Amino acid sequence: MIALRPRIERLVEAGLGASAGLSIAATALLVVTMALEVTRFFAEVTPAQVLFDTVWAPLFAAPRYGIWPLLLGTVVTTLLAVAVALPLGLLSAVFLAELASPRTRRWLKPTLEVLAGVPTIAYGFFALTIVTPALQRVLPDLPGLNTLSPGLVMGVMITPLFGSIAEDALVAVPNALREASLALGANRLRTLALVVLPAARPGLRAALALAASRAMGETMIVAIAAGPSATMTAYIAQVGLGDVPAETTAFRTLFVVGAVLFALTLTLNQLARRGR
Amino acid sequence: MSAAASSSRGERGLLAACVFAVAAPLLVLSVLVVGVVVQAAPHLDLEFLLSGPSRFADRAGIYPAALGSLALIALTAALAVPVGVGAAIYLQEYAGRGRWARLVETNIATLAGVPSVLYGLVGLEVFVRAVGLGRSLASGALTLAMLALPIVIIAAREALRAVPHELREAGLALGATRWQMVWQVVLPVAAPGILTGIILATSRALGEAAPLLVLGAVVFVSDPPTGWSSPFTALPLQVFQWASRPQEAFAQAAAAGIVVLMVTLLMLNAAAIVLRDRARRRGA
Amino acid sequence: MSVVTPSNEGARLLSIAGLNAYFGPTQVLHGVTLDIAARRVTAVIGPSGCGKSTFIRCMNRMHELVPGARCEGAVRLDGADIYAPEVDPVALRRRVGMVFQKPNPFPTMSVRENVLAGLRLTGRRLSEPEDAVVERTLRRAALWDEVKDRLAAPGLSLSVGQQQRLCIARALAVEPDVLLMDEPCASLDPIATAHIEDLLSTLKATYTIVMVTHSMQQAARVSDETAFFLNGELIEATHTDALFTAPRDRRTEDYITGKFG
Repeated sequence: MIALRPRIERLVEAGLGASAGLSIAATALLVVTMALEVTRFFAEVTPAQVLFDTVWAPLFAAPRYGIWPLLLGTVVTTLLAVAVALPLGLLSAVFLAELASPRTRRWLKPTLEVLAGVPTIAYGFFALTIVTPALQRVLPDLPGLNTLSPGLVMGVMITPLFGSIAEDALVAVPNALREASLALGANRLRTLALVVLPAARPGLRAALALAASRAMGETMIVAIAAGPSATMTAYIAQVGLGDVPAETTAFRTLFVVGAVLFALTLTLNQLARRGR
Repeated sequence: MSAAASSSRGERGLLAACVFAVAAPLLVLSVLVVGVVVQAAPHLDLEFLLSGPSRFADRAGIYPAALGSLALIALTAALAVPVGVGAAIYLQEYAGRGRWARLVETNIATLAGVPSVLYGLVGLEVFVRAVGLGRSLASGALTLAMLALPIVIIAAREALRAVPHELREAGLALGATRWQMVWQVVLPVAAPGILTGIILATSRALGEAAPLLVLGAVVFVSDPPTGWSSPFTALPLQVFQWASRPQEAFAQAAAAGIVVLMVTLLMLNAAAIVLRDRARRRGA
Repeated sequence: MSVVTPSNEGARLLSIAGLNAYFGPTQVLHGVTLDIAARRVTAVIGPSGCGKSTFIRCMNRMHELVPGARCEGAVRLDGADIYAPEVDPVALRRRVGMVFQKPNPFPTMSVRENVLAGLRLTGRRLSEPEDAVVERTLRRAALWDEVKDRLAAPGLSLSVGQQQRLCIARALAVEPDVLLMDEPCASLDPIATAHIEDLLSTLKATYTIVMVTHSMQQAARVSDETAFFLNGELIEATHTDALFTAPRDRRTEDYITGKFG
């Protein structure tokens, strides 16, 4: 009965622990890489140039590093996406959580999830070749590369993400609240609007934050349909394609933009986690 | 109008709005699919599948990109799956709830939310330049593996968590060590769920172009990759390159590439769904 | 203070002295001292929450698997303290087996594989062919006749009562000295329960059995010795007949006459 734990057990546990440790290493790599290049960037460029200039032209002979155009482009596309996804996602969440029969739910939910499985390059191509021309018939001044078309398409793409988390938030509202409202004589619509939705608000906010974060980080759709310097992600994708030599300030702009993107999406993700 | 009538009108309005909300994205998706397929149709033939890209739009083919994607996700899986499943096993079966475990969990949740394009930045700096692998299959696979890692860990963790606690107790009560119990009792039960997670991560990796763009994967590659150090292209990258060209015929080629990509993803996801059902039935 | 009548027949196999058990800061067992007679069935009875399950889980060191749980005191198996620092709990559990309240056959294994699971899990080499072990163990668990044509069927395809006997067979295949049973019939219907109770009377010829039960009638039917727990203390332990007909402690009497439960 007296025996020693074989060494194999310890080795296995160490190996598995090392795998878990690699995930920390990945984050460390991410943070260190960006911090390094951003620091080197700011040895050449002052923060004032980034924050107070309004032109982004880092690859020109007389470079300008104002980040606002990129930031604005990202914000515009994100807001557009959210403007589409919020009503569509919320209503489908309401439908699935409150109105649909279990039978309907069983086939509808996976069907909606298919939307999320479409590769983003397909959405981007769709935005460029089908949505933009359609929009141009309504808005003839719309340029071939614009932020409206990818913004709307991104909205469709993130609708299932928002809808799914919103649905979780609605389902989490205890039934007792609904029953109390109905017992007071309110109909389902009023119960929904005045009792269920307010109770689900933290979860809905989290869903929104998460969907916005996803839209903000999306690259391919904007890269194809919006043009190379429309948003932060489009810029990063474009520079990778080009021949900007490494170790230059222009190259380092990649990491500065990346760091801003990381900070923004991290904030949104943290907000989302707080609400769940 | 009576209160009852107007309230039921409101409810019907709500229902109509909901049905519209559910139908609209699906309608958009149908337009997308039909539009892409129609555009792809003239270009989608066997020659497309078997030849390489070319300056001449009507001869553009997808073969090297397809093989590149295949090699890429095979390598990515080979890297991300052992590490990811191992980390999940460690977190679920060994680590307990201490500070170290919670740190790792928070970290994984953070990684899962990082925009994919940023992984490209890391890959560029670390694998392409610092480690010196250049713009090769290896760099691409390592970068995508970093991206896939949190997905695999989270899915595997869910599958492990679903294994009933009583089975672990039974195994330990028989005198098994923790690893014997995990290997012979827990993993067989969690296997379908873990496999689903692997397939999900693989489909993500297949559709990702952003990190590869940033890596600077050379987009005009006429041969499939020959080894881990060869330059490569991937399906979504090739589509991106064609879509960026003005000629109509390249747009057709891009559409055809998208069809190939989506069909592949559809098959992968169907496999994942089948496995998920089997996993659910096993647990009962 | 507990009233314990030492058993005169049978050698002392499991000896518990001053056992205290804790979940974090909460103490759930207080100074339990008891000898478990070899090759007898000892029933452990008491109201819910009295510490019965915790007690037997201290016998095979499963209690300490719960985060924050620990125990102190001595539990001696054949004279050697199982909590001594050099003792490997894993090896201990091969000598002290356990059957749980809800049958838990391994779902991905067949009947046959479940029986052999204890041996395969621990990497033991068999000195005889597997089929012989399977048959012998299933016979010992009174399950052979019912499943001999279905050995390759999944473990879960058996009825609940059969599954529990399968779990018993699985535990027996490891050849333990002691078999701990935590309310083994709680999930079973009366017929299945009867099967297992009959089984116990044959098993005790070979194994020492400690069984937690919620049913006093079952304890009276099946066991040779009975220990009564209340609020984490061992109140009284003696021959079953003696405990039920002439309990020495007032609290025991109140429990068995149903004044509380």
